[in-house]
Amino acid sequence: MQPYLPFESRLVPLPMNNIDTDQIIPARFLKTTSKEGLDKNLFCDWRQDPNFILNTPRGQNAQILLAGDNFGCGSSREHAPWALTQFGFRAVISTSFADIFKQNSLKNSLVPIVVPADVHAKLFTLPEDAKVKVDLASQTLTLPDGQQVEFPVDSFSKTCLLEGIDELGWILKQEPFIAAFEASHSASINTLV
Amino acid sequence: MPGPLTLSQKVWANHLVREEAGAPSLIYVDLHLVHEVTSPQAFSGLRERGLKVRRPDLTIATTDHSIPTTDRSLPILDPIAANQVAQLATNCQEFGITHYGVHSEHQGIVHVIGPELGLTQPGMTVVCGDSHTATHGAFGALAFGIGTSEVQNVLATQTLLQRPSKTFKVQVDGTLKPGVTAKDIILALCAKVGIGGGTGSVFEYTGAAIRALSMEGRMTVSNMSIEAGARAGMVAPDDTTFEYLHGRHFAPMGADWDAAVARWKKLPTDEGAVFDQEVTIDGDSLAPMITWGTNPGMGVSINQAIPDPSTISDALERDAIEKALIYMGLEAGKPIAGHPVNVVFIGSCTNSRISDLRAAAAIIKGRKVNPNVRVMVVPGSMDVKRQAIAEGLPEIFRAAGCDYREPGCSMCIAMNGDQLQPGEYSVSTSNRNFEGRQGKGGRTFLASPLTAAAAALTGVVTDVRTIL
Repeated sequence: MQPYLPFESRLVPLPMNNIDTDQIIPARFLKTTSKEGLDKNLFCDWRQDPNFILNTPRGQNAQILLAGDNFGCGSSREHAPWALTQFGFRAVISTSFADIFKQNSLKNSLVPIVVPADVHAKLFTLPEDAKVKVDLASQTLTLPDGQQVEFPVDSFSKTCLLEGIDELGWILKQEPFIAAFEASHSASINTLV
Repeated sequence: MPGPLTLSQKVWANHLVREEAGAPSLIYVDLHLVHEVTSPQAFSGLRERGLKVRRPDLTIATTDHSIPTTDRSLPILDPIAANQVAQLATNCQEFGITHYGVHSEHQGIVHVIGPELGLTQPGMTVVCGDSHTATHGAFGALAFGIGTSEVQNVLATQTLLQRPSKTFKVQVDGTLKPGVTAKDIILALCAKVGIGGGTGSVFEYTGAAIRALSMEGRMTVSNMSIEAGARAGMVAPDDTTFEYLHGRHFAPMGADWDAAVARWKKLPTDEGAVFDQEVTIDGDSLAPMITWGTNPGMGVSINQAIPDPSTISDALERDAIEKALIYMGLEAGKPIAGHPVNVVFIGSCTNSRISDLRAAAAIIKGRKVNPNVRVMVVPGSMDVKRQAIAEGLPEIFRAAGCDYREPGCSMCIAMNGDQLQPGEYSVSTSNRNFEGRQGKGGRTFLASPLTAAAAALTGVVTDVRTIL
C-alpha cells in the first residue's frame, strides 16, 4: 500500500441515502478471481443512463465521492472499495457508513469520511468546480471558503493508512499471543477433524 | 469483577487474544466458513506472502453462489463461473481445507450447511466473507460477515482486529398468529428501524415469540440482521438449541457434550445487563409482511397500502421513496395485495431449510400454480434435498407445476444464471430487494415462504391467511 498523502479534489455528488453494494458493483461481476478491472463496472446499472454523473465530465478525474446516509450497506464484498479506488476515488464523504464497507475501505486506502448533517448539506451546495482538501494526518476536511471540519478515524487505521502498512503484518507479529490463547482455550476450540 | 454482561459481550470477552491501547482488539475465530466468491483474492494474497492457513481444522469451504441449480452431472457452462468454482477446489486442496464442493453430499449454501452439520455452536465466533454470516447468531454465536482482506487475515492467523459493537436488544413479545412466521418478524424489524437502524450494533433477539421459534426460524431472523444494519444478531442458547445440535455430525459427544452444554448455559445475558439500545415488536399483532421498495426496510403489512412520498418531509427520504416507486413500477397509496407477480422464488440462506420447504409445500399441495407464474424452489443444501425427498416434497412441488432445483444461492443473488428478466416481479423468500439484485431490471417483493406459496397459486401478491 502507498502512504495516504493529503490531496485536493472536486466532489462527485450522489445525493441518495442507502446506496448499497449491489449498486456499487453488481453481483454478476463478482465471478472474477482477481481484484483487477472492477472499475469499468462501478455503478454499472446506473451508468446505463447517459446522464448519470459518472458519465459526465463532472464524474471524471475526481477523487471524492459525496453520498447520502448509510453508504455501502448490504453485502460484505470488498469488490466495492476495489472498484471505487480503481476508478480513482480516495475518499467517500457521508453522514454514515455501513460497518463492513467502512472496514473494507480502510484496508484499501479509501477513507470513509463522516461529517455532521449541516456540513454534509453544505457540501452538496458547492459549485461544480469547487475543491475540497482532505488531510488524514490532521483528520481535517478544508472547504473552499476555508472552513475546516474535523472527521473521526480510528488511530490504528490512520497509522496504517499514513504509513502504507497493512494489518496482516501487524497481526502476524502477535503470534505468541495467538499461540498462548490457543493453548489456554483448547477445551472450547473444536477441531473439525 | 465485571458487571452484568450481555450475551454478545460474554462471547466477545471469551475470545480476546490481545487488547492494546490505540489498537482494535485482537479476537480469536472458532469457525471460518469460506465460499468461492470472496476467497480467491485472499488465497492469492497468502501465496504472494508465502503464508499457510494457520488452522485448516477450523476452516470449512463450500461452493454455493456461482454454481448452476441444474443437473450436477453437467459441466458449468459459464467459463468465468467455472473458473471460480475450480479455483476454490484448487485452493482448498493446496491449503488443506475441507471443501464441500459441487459433487459433495454436503454441498449447500454456507449458512445452511454450517448449522445442519453441527459446525455452528453456541458461544463461538464465526466469520465468513459473506454478510449473511449473521445467520449463525441464532445459536448464540457471535457471527458476522467480513471482507476479503479479513478473510486473508483469518486464514493466516485465525484472528481478526475488531472493535466491540454496541448492544441492541430486540424484544419480540407475544405469540405469532397462523400465517405469520419468523420472516415476518425480521421484515417488521427492518421496517421499524430502517436499513441503517442497527449500524454499529449487535442485535440480541429475545422475548416469548423468539423463544417459541424453532432453530430454523431463529436462523431466518438472525440471517437478516444485516438488512437492518447490524453486523450480527444473536439468540441466547436454550433447550431448543441443544436439542437441535445434539447428535449432529460435528457436535460434541458424550462427556464433551455435557461439558459443552454446561459452558453454553452460562452464555445468556445476565440479569441487570444494560443494552445501548432497545426496541420492541408485538408478536400478537404482527401480520404477514412484504417489501414494496428497493431496500429491506421498505416493507409493510400485506394489507397495507404502498407509502405515499408526498407525506414525507425529509427531502432525501422522499426522493428515496419516489425513486423506489419508479423502479418498482408501483403507485403510491394503492394496496400491495393483488399486484401481479411473474416469478416466485423459494430459497436462499434466509428460507431454504426443510421447515421452509414444508411450509410452502403445505400451501401448494394438491393445487396448481398460476399459469402466469414461474415458480422456482431451491433447497438450501444436499442434506435439505435428501430430507425433502424422504418427505415427498419434490413431487408435491412438481405436481403443482413448480421448478424444483439443485441446492445453491440461486436467484437470491442471480450470479448463476437464475435471474429475473428486466421488469419482472418476484415474490421472493430471499433477503435483498436492491435494484437489480435478482437480475438487472428485476423487481423483488421480499416475503415469507407462506406468502410466496400463496402468490404462486394466485399469481398476485396474496394474504396467505385467506387461503390457509
